[in-house]
Amino acid sequence: MLRPLHPVPPGLKTVLGIAFFVLFIAFWAWITLGGHVNRVFLADPLSMLRDGWRLLVEDRFWLDILITMWRVFGGFLLASVVAVPIGIAMGAWKPVEAFLEPFVSFARYLPASAFIPLLILWAGIGELEKLLVIFVGSVFQIILIVAVKVGATRRDLVEAAYTLGSSDNGIVRRVIMPANAPEIAETLRLVLGWAWTYVIVAELIGSSSGIGYMIINSQSRLATGQIIFGIIVIGLIGLASDFAFKALNRKLFPWSLA
Amino acid sequence: MSKLVVEGVSRTFASGRGRPPVKALQPIDLEVEANDFITILGPSGCGKSTLLRIVAGLEAPSEGRVLLDGKAVTRPGPDRGMVFQSYTLFPWLTVAENIAFGLRESRMAERERNDIVASYVDLVGLKGFENHWPKQLSGGMQQRTAIARALANDPEILLLDEPFGALDNQTRGLMQELLLGIWERRKKTVLFVTHDIEEAIFMASRVIVMTARPGSIKSDVAVDLPHPRHYTLKTSPEFSALKARLTEDIRVEAVRTAQTQSARGGEG
Repeated sequence: MLRPLHPVPPGLKTVLGIAFFVLFIAFWAWITLGGHVNRVFLADPLSMLRDGWRLLVEDRFWLDILITMWRVFGGFLLASVVAVPIGIAMGAWKPVEAFLEPFVSFARYLPASAFIPLLILWAGIGELEKLLVIFVGSVFQIILIVAVKVGATRRDLVEAAYTLGSSDNGIVRRVIMPANAPEIAETLRLVLGWAWTYVIVAELIGSSSGIGYMIINSQSRLATGQIIFGIIVIGLIGLASDFAFKALNRKLFPWSLA
Repeated sequence: MSKLVVEGVSRTFASGRGRPPVKALQPIDLEVEANDFITILGPSGCGKSTLLRIVAGLEAPSEGRVLLDGKAVTRPGPDRGMVFQSYTLFPWLTVAENIAFGLRESRMAERERNDIVASYVDLVGLKGFENHWPKQLSGGMQQRTAIARALANDPEILLLDEPFGALDNQTRGLMQELLLGIWERRKKTVLFVTHDIEEAIFMASRVIVMTARPGSIKSDVAVDLPHPRHYTLKTSPEFSALKARLTEDIRVEAVRTAQTQSARGGEG
C-alpha cells in the first residue's frame, strides 16, 4: 500500500495537504471551545478571528504590518547589496576567500538577537536599529552561501569560455555571474525567510510599532487571540513573499527551468 | 613551417604524500601541417586528452613547449577553439548567443556578429533553433552548437576532445559526416581526440596512435582515402585494412593498461 518513494497522485496530494490544516484547526477548536484548556491562555479560533478583525479595523494594525515589512525588506536589501558582491569575490578569487572566510564563518555564528542591546546603544531604538538587526543576521549567511555556490561554478564552462577568448575578468562577468545568478536568487529567497524571524525579535525589544510590538503588547493583556493572529499574519506574509520570489526567479531565469 | 609544433611535451602529476608522482605523458614530439585533420587515438587514460589540453593552454606541460604558428602557447586563447566531450554550452544563453560568445568577447560589431552567427547556425543545420536554450536540445544538437561556437571565432586550429563520445551510435555517425563535410568545404587545422578506431580513421588525414599510460606516440598512420568521404567508406576494403592494423596497435595497449591496472589492484 505505502510503497517507499512512490509518488502520490496530485489530487490526493492537495486533499492530504488541506486535511492537515482542517485537523489542526479542528483540534484547536475542540480543546478551546470544548473547554479543555483555560481560555485565558489560549484563545479559540473564532475569537482569534474576531480579535484580528478588531486589530485591523480599530487599532490600525495594518500600519504595524507595513512597518514590519519595510524593516524586513529594507534590512534584507541592505544585506544583499553588501553580501552578494563580497560572496562573488570570495568565490571567484581564492586569496579574497582565504582573507575573509575565517572571519565570516566566525561571524555567522554570532546570534543577531544578542546584538540587539549593543545595537540599541549604538543606533537607539529607531528604524536604523531594526534594519541593523536584520542586516547582522543576514549578511554573513548570504556571503558564505554565495561564496560556496560561486566556488562550485562548473569548471568546464570556465574552460570553454577561456578557449573562446575570455579574459580573467570576462570569466567573472560573463560566466561566473550568470551561471550562479539563479542559485544566488534562491539563496536570497531562503535568507529572506530567516529575516522574518530576526525582525520579530528586534520588535519584541525596545520597539513601539510593528507586528512584534503588537505581540509583546498583547502578552501583557493576555490577549492570546491577538498574538495568534499576529503570528499567522507573519506566516502568511512570509508565504506570499516566498511565492513572489519564486515567481520572479522563474521569470528572470527561464533557462534554468525550461 | 608546420602550423602546430609540439616539442618534447611531457606531463607529470603530483600524487599526494609519500607516493611517487604519476607520469601521464612521456615527452612527445608532433608536427601538424596547416589544414590537416589529425586524430589522436588511444586507450582510455593514455593521456591523449591531457595532450590536447596542453595544446589548448588549459594545462601547462611539465617539460617542453607547444608552438602555434611559431608562437609559444602559454594560456588558452581564441586562436585555439575547443569542443569538449561534456556539454559545455552556456545554459543561460540561447543557441545563437552561445555561438556569438567568442565574437562578443572580441568586441565585434553587432551586425557583423549576427551575420557570422547566422552563417554558422546554417552550417551546422540548426536553423529554427536559434532561440532555444541548450537544455531544450538533444545531445547531438548541443555538440553541433558547440562546434559552431568554436568555429565562429575562426580559430587557427580546432581542438576536439572526444566530442561525440557521449552520443548514441547513429547520432555519432551523422556528426562525423557533418564535421568532416565542414572541414572538406572550409579547410581548417584540426586535432581530434578519440578512442573509437572507426571514427579515428574516417575523420583523419593522419592518425596518431598513442601507447598506454604514460602516453607516447606509438605510430603515425597516413589515411590516404579520397574526399569527400561518405559513410559507405567504412565498409570498403582499404578502410577495413587500416582498421585491422590500428585495432592490433590499440589492442596491445589496452591489454597493457588492463594489466597495469590489475597489478595495482584495480586502481584508476
